[in-house]
Amino acid sequence: MQTKFSVEIGKLKLNNPVLAASGTFGYAEEFKDFMDLRKLGAIVTKTLTLKPRQGNPAPRTCETPAGLLNSIGLENPGLEIFIQDKLPFLKKIGIPIIMSIASEEESLEFLELVSRINLIKEVVAVELNISCPNVQGRSNLISQDAESTYKIVQEVRKITDKVLITKLSPNVTSIGAIAEAAEKAGSDAVALINTLGGMSIDVEQRKPKVAAGIAGLSGPAIRPVAVRMVWEVFNKVKIPIIGMGGIMDVSSALEFIIAGATAVSIGTANFINPKISAEIVSGLKEYLTRNKIADIQDLTGSLKICSQR
Amino acid sequence: MKNFQLKAKILAQTRIKDNYWRCELSAPQIAKNALAGQFINIRVNDGLDPLLRRPLSIHGARGSKIKIFYKVVGKATEILAQKKVGEMLDILGPLGSGFTYPQPAARRSPPPILVAGGMGVAPLIFLAEKLRGVKTTVLIGAKTKGQLLCAWEFKKSGCAVKIATDDGSSGFKGRVSDLLKNLLSASGPSSQPIYACGPKPMLRAVADIANVCGIPAQLSLEEHMSCGIGACLGCVVRTKDGLKRVCKEGPVFLAKDLIW
Ligand SMILES: Cc1cc2nc3c(=O)[nH]c(=O)nc-3n(C[C@H](O)[C@H](O)[C@H](O)COP(=O)(O)OP(=O)(O)OC[C@H]3O[C@@H](n4cnc5c(N)ncnc54)[C@H](O)[C@@H]3O)c2cc1C
Ligand SMILES: Cc1cc2nc3c(=O)[nH]c(=O)nc-3n(C[C@H](O)[C@H](O)[C@H](O)COP(=O)(O)O)c2cc1C
Ligand code: FES
Repeated sequence: MQTKFSVEIGKLKLNNPVLAASGTFGYAEEFKDFMDLRKLGAIVTKTLTLKPRQGNPAPRTCETPAGLLNSIGLENPGLEIFIQDKLPFLKKIGIPIIMSIASEEESLEFLELVSRINLIKEVVAVELNISCPNVQGRSNLISQDAESTYKIVQEVRKITDKVLITKLSPNVTSIGAIAEAAEKAGSDAVALINTLGGMSIDVEQRKPKVAAGIAGLSGPAIRPVAVRMVWEVFNKVKIPIIGMGGIMDVSSALEFIIAGATAVSIGTANFINPKISAEIVSGLKEYLTRNKIADIQDLTGSLKICSQR
Repeated sequence: MKNFQLKAKILAQTRIKDNYWRCELSAPQIAKNALAGQFINIRVNDGLDPLLRRPLSIHGARGSKIKIFYKVVGKATEILAQKKVGEMLDILGPLGSGFTYPQPAARRSPPPILVAGGMGVAPLIFLAEKLRGVKTTVLIGAKTKGQLLCAWEFKKSGCAVKIATDDGSSGFKGRVSDLLKNLLSASGPSSQPIYACGPKPMLRAVADIANVCGIPAQLSLEEHMSCGIGACLGCVVRTKDGLKRVCKEGPVFLAKDLIW
């Protein structure tokens, strides 16, 4: 039996549904010794801003039970240096590149970034990171408000034909409502979840373990929350969902797909096993064959709801 | 330099004293390529606790084997110490940039000084071995005589060993950085390169001394690491040339480049 393993995110066709999550895969070069990068469905870059960003003070990370807290603060070299130094390697790999971008202050920065990215033909999609919890001086994330989400996605949509993905924050009351706003504004897909706000304290020093205080939690600890949110969003919108949050292996990737994700992103797990995404790709194929599923897209949202008593 | 991920078999596991352990691993590709100052990133079990790998310096490399030298301080090192000969460890390496040192053929440069504080001996033993045949001086610092590490191993590699303890129970009474200062002022203007590894305050003191004297010093730093391979940007330090990743551009940095 021939199984179909490719998926579509808007007009973007991916050979397989496994992506590297933003901020956890560097600019891919860091992983070249450990795996065949062409095995990935796509690579999402570390979030870029227009100007270089220093990020937050150290310590920036700490381990928590089955999780990782980070407050990197979007350190990145800025668009120009990215294009000069990082893009050439990414282009050579030959798989789709998704550029994650954020604005420091204004929506204007998003528009400026996107208009420049429009000129880079190798970049097939743009992921709007409106959900990074680690940017100082901002009390609210765009993705915490449906109206602001709608506004920014719509503005960007007007100026680009690239596939548009909106990355959502779990730090909200109703993620379904935010996803709906992104869909209505013309986003081709939603990616979720970004990190969950968290904190860890050194009790001897009475100081936060991550210098910034509040940080973003990732890893297996957040997986049930993420799976639940994918399910909620799946029941609200028609556009594809890129699911993530604590995926460590094939079975956790499958949870997301069954809950409604068209594709999955691997984040923190890359730090623990740098070739995990390739292993998940082959494990998913094996699952399809074993269960005689002809097309991976048949699995998306295939959750069997327990009947009510 | 190419990195490898391998399953390394534990060939030997010895308790040196108290909480200090030395472990020998079969890791051919890493052993062949390792430079002194580089490290490996170890996954101590397949479960979720601990979740992340732990970085440990390469303490020696010969043939197909590498050595590590570690202190049990928490969860991962505790689990590591319970591993038996024959068990396998998932490791990444050789990671980081390592020390720059003269190759055996070109050893006319002035003899180096190594400064080790606490567990800082781990990578410096490997360096001392690489420098065999050069008149290396090693300054080892510890709180007490009982906590002194590796003095004998340094001697075996042909180094002249000088000791500093906080309580004066062995050698110079005081900090190892003060011992360095005394040594340099006794020998007059010097261009002996310094290599140091140890706790941050010690490294900072060594950097100050080296910078004042205009001596090149290579310092091996530690930061909390989530990936160890340059992907997470969790381990950065400030340098004159911007932020650098300890796991990638480091762990070894020139004292004159660092901003404390
Ligand atoms: C490049 C590098 C090389 C190293 N080489 C050696 C070595 O050769 N031998 C050795 O014994 N140790 C070495 N270390 C330190 C070692 O990585 C930590 O001791 C280890 O990760 C502790 O893990 P754990 O789970 O046992 O302790 P945890 O339970 O994680 O922590 C116990 C305590 O140690 C502190 N700690 C943990 N990791 C670090 C770190 N990276 N830097 C500073 N403090 C930390 C924690 O804050 C906590 O207070 C090195 C660290 C780095 C970054
Ligand atoms: C160290 C680190 C850095 C991250 N940086 C970014 C980033 O720059 N942009 C972004 O959209 N998400 C970033 N994320 C969030 C991840 O892409 C992902 O949404 C989140 O970690 C949940 O997935 P995981 O549990 O598999 O890691 C980062 C996560 C980590 C752990
Ligand atoms: S530990 Fe991740 S970049 Fe250094």
